[in-house]
Amino acid sequence: MHIPTCRETSALLSQTQDRKLTLFERVGLRLHLVVCNGCRQFERQLAFMRSAVKRYLERDDHPPR
Amino acid sequence: MADNNSSRADALGVSPGEVEQFRGYLMRYALLQLRDQTSAEDVVQETLLAAVEGGDRFSGKSTVKTWLTGILKHKIIDQVRRQSREQPLLQGEDDECSEADVVDALFRADGHWQNFPADWGDPGNALENKRFWETFEMCARLMPVKTARVFMMREVMELSTEEICKELDITATNCWVMLHRARLSLRECLETKWFGRV
Repeated sequence: MHIPTCRETSALLSQTQDRKLTLFERVGLRLHLVVCNGCRQFERQLAFMRSAVKRYLERDDHPPR
Repeated sequence: MADNNSSRADALGVSPGEVEQFRGYLMRYALLQLRDQTSAEDVVQETLLAAVEGGDRFSGKSTVKTWLTGILKHKIIDQVRRQSREQPLLQGEDDECSEADVVDALFRADGHWQNFPADWGDPGNALENKRFWETFEMCARLMPVKTARVFMMREVMELSTEEICKELDITATNCWVMLHRARLSLRECLETKWFGRV
């Protein structure tokens, strides 16, 4: 079983937002994340960036009537 | 019967004042995607006009905002098609670093992060800070043109990879690579300019 590097893991984490990973990819990803705090931070940051774009758009809006 | 129809249209019609309140939202939306004040103003203006003129087509099934966003999306996609004809994604990488350069700079040869992503604490707090949004806008503007185009189609317009590939005539793999690059560069910028300083 090839455990992905940080570089590969960051690509898989990014693609998680765009497609369904294969079982093989998901297993490799989880194995890496268990031992790598940096990639766990990246995972959280990806979720944050996605929500930030949405919040940016909604920012000054008047509540809908 | 004709009377009935027109009163129904009036009831569901949308007034100029009603659509005007969404101008700010539509501008932010268009500007993130198009990165050009004039083109963004143009598509927003066209959207508001189309909405007022075709207000009777508003079915009332969605909110006015969703309806406006739908109109704007079509107008933006026309613009994006024009932009990508002028600046095709797979040609002329000269105005930006190649994919390999951007990602290579962030990772060591053995595949480890050059600098491991830091703990951003509770990043949700930043969302309440006006100055964070200035940083966010700056980081979005700093993204390479074509990378940003793909990223915004995905995150702002919420198109699927398949739709993006079709619009821009690129492969799915190419699309994922560009989205990865976009997210890495946005992350790097936010960490350096905002989270690194907190």
